Amino acid sequence: MENEMDYGRLERSARIRKKAVNALTYVLLVFWAVIVLFPFYWMILTSVKSYGAYNSEYVPKFFTLSPTMQNYVDAFTAVPLGRYLVNTTIFTVLTTALMLGVIIFAAFAFARLEFRGKNILFVLFLSLMMIPNELVIITNFVTVTNLNMRNSFPGLILPSVASVFYIYLLKENFEQIPDSLYYAAKVDGTSDLKYLFKVMIPISKPTLITVTILKVIECWNSYVWPRLITDDENYFLVSNGIQEIRENGFGRENIPAMMAAVVVISVPLVILFLIFHKKIMEGVSKGGTKG
Amino acid sequence: MMKKKLQSGGLKAWLYLLPAILFLGVFLVYPLIDVFIYSFEEGYNSASQTYFGVGLYNYSYVLHDPYFLQAVKNTFILVIITVPLSTGIALLISVGLNSIKPLRNLFQTVYFLPYVTNTLAVGLVFMILFKKTAYSDGLINLLINWFGGKSVDFIDGPYWAKMFVLCFYTIWVVMPFKILILTSALSSVDQMYYNAAKVDGTSRFRTFVRITLPMISPMIFYLVITGFIGAFKAYSDVVALFGTNLNAAEMNTIVGYVYDMLYGDSGGYPSYASAAAILLFAIVLTITCINLLVRGKRRITL
Repeated sequence: MENEMDYGRLERSARIRKKAVNALTYVLLVFWAVIVLFPFYWMILTSVKSYGAYNSEYVPKFFTLSPTMQNYVDAFTAVPLGRYLVNTTIFTVLTTALMLGVIIFAAFAFARLEFRGKNILFVLFLSLMMIPNELVIITNFVTVTNLNMRNSFPGLILPSVASVFYIYLLKENFEQIPDSLYYAAKVDGTSDLKYLFKVMIPISKPTLITVTILKVIECWNSYVWPRLITDDENYFLVSNGIQEIRENGFGRENIPAMMAAVVVISVPLVILFLIFHKKIMEGVSKGGTKG
Repeated sequence: MMKKKLQSGGLKAWLYLLPAILFLGVFLVYPLIDVFIYSFEEGYNSASQTYFGVGLYNYSYVLHDPYFLQAVKNTFILVIITVPLSTGIALLISVGLNSIKPLRNLFQTVYFLPYVTNTLAVGLVFMILFKKTAYSDGLINLLINWFGGKSVDFIDGPYWAKMFVLCFYTIWVVMPFKILILTSALSSVDQMYYNAAKVDGTSRFRTFVRITLPMISPMIFYLVITGFIGAFKAYSDVVALFGTNLNAAEMNTIVGYVYDMLYGDSGGYPSYASAAAILLFAIVLTITCINLLVRGKRRITL
C-alpha cells in the first residue's frame, strides 16, 4: 500500500519535472525569437513614426497610433534610394546570370567530358576554395583600377562571377545523372551542348535554383567590393547607399526616414526567404558559410 | 579514330572550362601570387608603379602601427567572446528546438531570418536601439533604467560598451547558421541510442553529455573553426554600427585596417594592406592548425 503511493508520487513528480523542463524550453525559444524579431519590429515601427513624433519621444514608444508613409516618400525623394535599388538589381541579375553560365559549363566539363589532366585540374580548382577573399581583393582593386573599370558595372561584376564551390556542387549533381542517358543521346546523334541543355540542366534544376538563390542573397548584401570600387553615387549598391544615407543623407537626425530606407532594402530578401525558406536553409546547410 | 575522338573531346572540354579558368586565373590565382610580391616591395608607389627595394619593411611598419595593434586587439577580443558564446547559445537553442514538436518549424524559420538580411541595413537598427542622443537615451538604455541602471552611450561611449554592442550584433548575425547546422546534426543522431539510455533510466543531463555531445561533436568542431575564421574577418557589421571611420572610433578590425590602407581617408598603400592581409591569414591559419591539433589529441585520449 505504502509502496504504491510512493510510485504514484514519483510518477507525478517526474511528470511535473518534465512539464517544467518543457515550459522552460519554450520560454528560452520564445525569448530568442523575440531577440531575432525585435529589430525587425523596431525598424518597421520607427519607419512609420513621423519625424516630429519620433524626436519628441524621450522614452521611445512601443507602438504608434498615427502611422505615416511620409518617411517612405522621403526615402525615395530626398536620397537616390531608387537608383541604389536599380543598381543592385542590375548587379545581382547580371552577376548571377554570368556565374550560372560559367559554373554550368565548367561543371559539365568536369562531370561529363574526358580530357587529359582532368583530375589534377579539379584538385587545383578545389584548392582555390581555401583562398580567402581578403587576400586577393587588394590586387583585384589595383587590377580593376588600372583597367579603368572603377565606377562601372563590369568592375563590380567580373571579380565575382566564378565560384569554385558552386562548380563543385553542380559537378556532384551532374555526376548523379546515369551514363546510359548520355550514351543513348550520343547514339541518337545529340550534340554535347544539346544534351547539356535538354537533359542535364532540367534534371539539376533543384540544385541550380538553390545556387541561384544563395548567389542572389550574396549579391544583394555585398558591401566590401562595391565600396572599394565605387565612389560615384550613381554606381552605389544598397549597402553603400545605406551607409551613405547614414553619413550624409537626410541629415543625421532623421532616423524614421533612414529606417524606411532600411525596410525598403530588407523587404526583397525577406520575401525571397518567405517563399524559398526550405530551399535556402537546405542549401546553406549543404555548404553555406557565414558565421 | 579513338584517339581523334579523345583529342577533340579534350579540346572541347578546355573550351567549356575556359571562362572559369579565365576568371579564376585573373581574379583569384594571379592576385594570390601578387599579394605576396606587393607585401615585400618597399616604398611601392601606386601612381608610378615603382618601388625602391625588397624586404620586410612593410611588415615591420604594419606591426609598429598603433592602429594595426588596436585592430588586432579588437579582433581578438571579438573572437574570444563571440565564438564560444554563440556556439554555446546555439547549442542550447538547438537542443531546445529538438525536444519540442509543435511550432518547431516556425521557430526554425524565424531563427534563420537574420541570415538573409543586409548586415549594413540591420546594423543601423541596432545602432539606433543602442545609441544615446540628445533627445533620447534609446531603447536599451530605457531597459537599463527600468532595472535601476544608469544610461550608457553604447555607440560613441566607453570602449567596453562599444565592444558589447559589437559582440551582441555579431552573435545575432552568426546565430542562424549555427542553429541550422546544430539542429540538423541533432536530428540525425540515431534515436536508438536515446531509447537505450531511457531503458537504463539514464538522466537527461547524463544522456546529453554521454550520447548527444559525442555524437554531434564533429559539427560543433566545424562550427568553432568556421566561427573563428568568420570572426577574424569581421568588418561589415562593425561598419554598420560605428560608421566607416573605424580608427577614430577605436573599433577597427584587421580586415578594416587592410581596407583603410588600400582605400579610404588614409588609403593608397597596397603594400601595407598586403602585409596586413598576410599577417591576418598567418594568424587564422595558426589558430586553425592549433584547433586541429587540440582536436586530434583529445580524440586519442578519449
